[in-house]
Amino acid sequence: MKPAEFAYVRPASVAEACAVLASNPDARVVAGGQTLVPMLAMRLARPSILVDILRLPELAGIAEEPGTLVIGATTRQVEAERSSLVASRLPLLAAALPWVGHPPTRNRGTVGGSLANADPSAEIPLVAVALEAEIVTEDEGGRFAMPADDFFIGPMLTAAPEAGLLTQVRFPVWSEPCVGVGFHEVSARRSDFAFVSAAAQVALDPDGRCTRIALGIGGVGDRPVRLDVAGLVGTRVEGDRVAQAVEAAAAVLEPTSDLHASAAYRRRVAILLGARAIGDAVADAQEKGAGR
Amino acid sequence: MKVALLVNGAVREVDVEPRKTLLDTLREDLSLTGAHAGCEHGVCGACTVLVDGAPVRSCLMFAVQADGLDITTIEGLASAPGELSVLQDSFCETHGLQCGFCTPGMILASHALLEANPAPTRADIAEAISGNICRCTGYGQIVEAVELAAERLRLANAPRAAAGGRP
Amino acid sequence: MSAEAARFRFVSANRRVREDRRFVAGHGRYVADIALEGMLHVAILGAQHPAARILSIDPSAALAMPGVHYVLTGEELAGATDQLMNGLDTPNVRRFPLALGQTRYAGEWVAAVVADTRALAEDACEKVKVSYERLPYLTQAEEALDPSSPPVHPAHGSNVLLDKQFVWGEVDRHFAESPRQLSFRVTWGRNSTVPIETFGVVASWDPWSEMLDVWASIQMPKYPDQIARALRIPANNVRVHHDVDVGGSYGVKRGIKHTVLAAHLARRLGRPVRLLEDRLENMRGGDAHGPERIFDVDVAFDDAGIVRSMKMRALDNAGAYAGRAPFQLGKPIGAIVGPYKIESVAYRAQSVTTNKAVQEAVRGFGQSPTNYAIETALDKVGLACGLDRIEVRRRNFIRKEEFPYLIPSGTRYDSGDYHTVVDKVLAHVDYPALVAERDRLRAEGMLAGIGIAACLEPSGGNSAFEPLLNEKNETTTWMESVRINVDGTGCVAVTIHTTSSGQGHETLAATVVAEVLEIDPDLIRIVRPDSLACLPSNTPVGSRMAIMMGGACFHAAQKLKAKLLRIGAHRLGLAPEAARYQGGSVGAVSGGQALDWAALVNIAHRNFHLLPPDTEPGLESTHVMQVPTGTSLPKDGRVQMYPCHSFEFHLVLVALDPVLGKPEIRRYVIGHDCGTVINPHIVKGMTLGGIAHGLGAALLEEFVYDEEGQMLTQSFMDYLLPSSHEMPKVEIVHHCTPSPFTVFGQKGSGESGYLGAPAAISGALNDAVAEFGISFDKLPIRISAISDAVAAARVRSSEETTS
Ligand code: FES
Ligand code: FES
Repeated sequence: MKPAEFAYVRPASVAEACAVLASNPDARVVAGGQTLVPMLAMRLARPSILVDILRLPELAGIAEEPGTLVIGATTRQVEAERSSLVASRLPLLAAALPWVGHPPTRNRGTVGGSLANADPSAEIPLVAVALEAEIVTEDEGGRFAMPADDFFIGPMLTAAPEAGLLTQVRFPVWSEPCVGVGFHEVSARRSDFAFVSAAAQVALDPDGRCTRIALGIGGVGDRPVRLDVAGLVGTRVEGDRVAQAVEAAAAVLEPTSDLHASAAYRRRVAILLGARAIGDAVADAQEKGAGR
Repeated sequence: MKVALLVNGAVREVDVEPRKTLLDTLREDLSLTGAHAGCEHGVCGACTVLVDGAPVRSCLMFAVQADGLDITTIEGLASAPGELSVLQDSFCETHGLQCGFCTPGMILASHALLEANPAPTRADIAEAISGNICRCTGYGQIVEAVELAAERLRLANAPRAAAGGRP
Repeated sequence: MSAEAARFRFVSANRRVREDRRFVAGHGRYVADIALEGMLHVAILGAQHPAARILSIDPSAALAMPGVHYVLTGEELAGATDQLMNGLDTPNVRRFPLALGQTRYAGEWVAAVVADTRALAEDACEKVKVSYERLPYLTQAEEALDPSSPPVHPAHGSNVLLDKQFVWGEVDRHFAESPRQLSFRVTWGRNSTVPIETFGVVASWDPWSEMLDVWASIQMPKYPDQIARALRIPANNVRVHHDVDVGGSYGVKRGIKHTVLAAHLARRLGRPVRLLEDRLENMRGGDAHGPERIFDVDVAFDDAGIVRSMKMRALDNAGAYAGRAPFQLGKPIGAIVGPYKIESVAYRAQSVTTNKAVQEAVRGFGQSPTNYAIETALDKVGLACGLDRIEVRRRNFIRKEEFPYLIPSGTRYDSGDYHTVVDKVLAHVDYPALVAERDRLRAEGMLAGIGIAACLEPSGGNSAFEPLLNEKNETTTWMESVRINVDGTGCVAVTIHTTSSGQGHETLAATVVAEVLEIDPDLIRIVRPDSLACLPSNTPVGSRMAIMMGGACFHAAQKLKAKLLRIGAHRLGLAPEAARYQGGSVGAVSGGQALDWAALVNIAHRNFHLLPPDTEPGLESTHVMQVPTGTSLPKDGRVQMYPCHSFEFHLVLVALDPVLGKPEIRRYVIGHDCGTVINPHIVKGMTLGGIAHGLGAALLEEFVYDEEGQMLTQSFMDYLLPSSHEMPKVEIVHHCTPSPFTVFGQKGSGESGYLGAPAAISGALNDAVAEFGISFDKLPIRISAISDAVAAARVRSSEETTS
């Protein structure tokens, strides 16, 4: 299981990386390599040249801008997992990260890599879709930002420019005082790709009524999906209403069957975990509210 | 391509094809055969080494990507030939292995855990080694080994009562 | 024989396992660590189609690549070698390392490419052009029984390799007389032991000494003989090196096809050749899958739940070639009634070919699937009679005082005390509390179930199943040897004659020899000579080494001790009866002067004049041990199989969310009785590892083929091995019923845990869903299948209540 031959460059800047990509149509970007290298080893991917962006200083790091948390593409998953900024501004991402692979793959895998590889059951893309993050790519033509929902097209398929790279992801930070999150996932083994995952974030007003809600479901179709549960806004999010709202919203899901799980299973569990994630998010928000 | 790796504290220069993994480079070019190839696609963890102190899969990294990085292999854990680290010795004490094939990776993953967390719970240990598959042991004696090592290290590092300090 | 641990110095003591030191330091020596000067590397081209005629193979583009040395095809190899050994009398099911004329499963080896590096060999593989003509194929065992199914081996005439009916006892009468009967089907999915190290071999040929040197990650009886036979060279031209650590096997490391291929290439090219399977080659074409079996079971019993008779039909999907697969239907005959007093049994063993990969011996050699079927029967009988599932087992158990107990199929079980083991486990867990916990979980809206399995581990491996299934095979010898040498300085070296794959044989040998000679085990050196310097061994199969290698060590050490005693008595002028051996010295029974170890060694090595008459100089002893029972040919379809029978009783509590369907093991307790334990660490490790493996078989692991005959689970991303997250903390409750047939009362434990875990976990899940009137009858039981079945049952019951 050895990769086919390829050349290797480690450009000094994003511009240089884009230039290499532009002049080599079958070049591939590599960062942490946790998804790409197995594909190379099995010769399912056979680029002529690997463009290693992992050490580009422009792409690393987590920064806060007004209303937004910006995570550079080559930020290691483990760095995001340990980041206090992520913990406080993006608790949903913080809740999802421990579910990404296992510790050794998070040590090397990057946030951008997980997004760029667009596995339908991957956790980081799910959170990006749920929270309506913006994905920034760059090629020789310049920078380009698009909503995560438009970025993910299908399994391993994105709207990233042919000869470009993903440079950062911009997560909106909810400014409400009382925000809670919930994350659930089921897989055959804890570290495997999810059969179904659910990520929810809610904001409550001082009376405990929902002012804003986001719910994403992963693993069910060919890309992560944001479910419309806006009907819960303005209500106390509790009781059967949650499950009903999720069930209604889940009508848009297009689950598939495979070796590990049936389509019916995926739909059924998406509804269950979606409701649970919302329930947890509400409880989390209430706890935070009470703690203030 | 020429690459300089810092392996177990020494700079080692190798000339490798870009497609050569760090695992194959360690094993074939540097004769460090403690890291093993179990799957070569990133699932089993038999190839685990520490890169800048953190456990990673050396089958998912090309040697050219490791240029200049600090790499520790199982051969670098013991202080001298014939000696064992506390953790390695604990694996012997609880028989945290059978065939030994997963063992170097298991020990390096556990080593990194204990560096970061001197008092891990069972769940912490299970999480730290969850990316390392062992087919022989069912993990029970591995978890015991890590618990034992943690305890030994804590005791070894505990402050002693000051001389003559007894009331 | 009494078994108090106090009787022993080293046996049963919690001593460290001596092998561990080199492994924790990363200094094991595995086959992949062996690099010979000028060594070439092999990559394998696998077949794309489940069945196809090979029209042509064009290697020219591959051979034109720099660094590529050779492309080997099936035609050349079959011309130069004899076919691989076939256990059954099916001469037209021929097998060579590379497909000959036709491929019979997707992934079957079609050509081998030799190059300077493995990567280059893989590059060149892509350039070998094979043209195929596709043929009809089949993947299902039941389809294979249909005479019109596409034959995997047209020359054989059908897809049936074996169809043998045994009737032991008055089955028909017992069925007619029994007030109750039930029938069911369960299916054991195709899985295997899947060691983390794949199979590998390095072969080197020296034309001047005409010697083939082989290093391999092997665990196989008669390996050198089989190599020699296939290569048509004298067996003393084959030297297998045993100082190779094997990275796990549990039965499957038997790469004879790999070895013949590499050895042929080494001779052909005059260079050492290495073939290390990569994970894809291993999973698709390594020929190391395990049983895939459908059981149809009928049991006859009474209202008290006493099972009188059983009919079992086991239909095994062997894959494309016979290999050893059919024999895995034979070995369970030695424990076909489990721990129960079932009076009569009818057993039909059917093995068929399909277009899937070939099976190899898997831990337990067919016993774990059989135990799964038997335990399912006991659960169902309990349910039918409204009896607690433990009570129904208790009522059927063979009682302690009935041993040695002859089962209908001809094996005499050595010893056991099943009731006591069960009582100990129930006391340990506080069974009523466990039931209460299950009910509490249920009240919380979870599904929860308790699983029970009471299983035997036949141990001490012989091959009595071979003559039973193939009358032309008259093998009754099944031996193991040990040699002890004390050198002129008094140091002890013990030779053992096989490789090990984690079982701790060095520790075993040192412990036993030290026990008998009353010396420090740590001072004993264990040596593994190469096969030409070896005494006969049948390698660690059939859970036999504690019994056989331990036994051989014991007897060799006894011989040595006797010689020391003779030498000492003679020197002291004592009659042999008046002398005694103690802690390495010989003195008078009455006390007084004694000769120590150094003095005795000195006489043996340097003072011929002081030796008793007719005594060979030096201090060496050898013992070749025959397996204690199972040494005669079968009669009337009955045979004594393995000598010893370890017992394990599993009790497991599983909880799961009814919609998620993901089982979580809340409690796992195993009562284990393998007689006298030689090293507790080793036995514990085997048991825990076996349970993990069984958990995989029950819930996660399967080699799945799709409708197109392609394997879907070729990588570790789809073939799921249990990780630390899935394994619960296991509690072990010990009991010791010594075997009367072994030197210390020891029995085997190499398969423990695995033999009952699948049955227990499946039983727990069935208990959890019993309220819906459903059960799972196929392993592995996947999460999604559980949830889907529960959902369907809920729909049914809500329809019933509304209609
Ligand atoms: S060999 Fe690297 S993870 Fe398996
Ligand atoms: S000790 Fe054999 S795989 Fe872990």
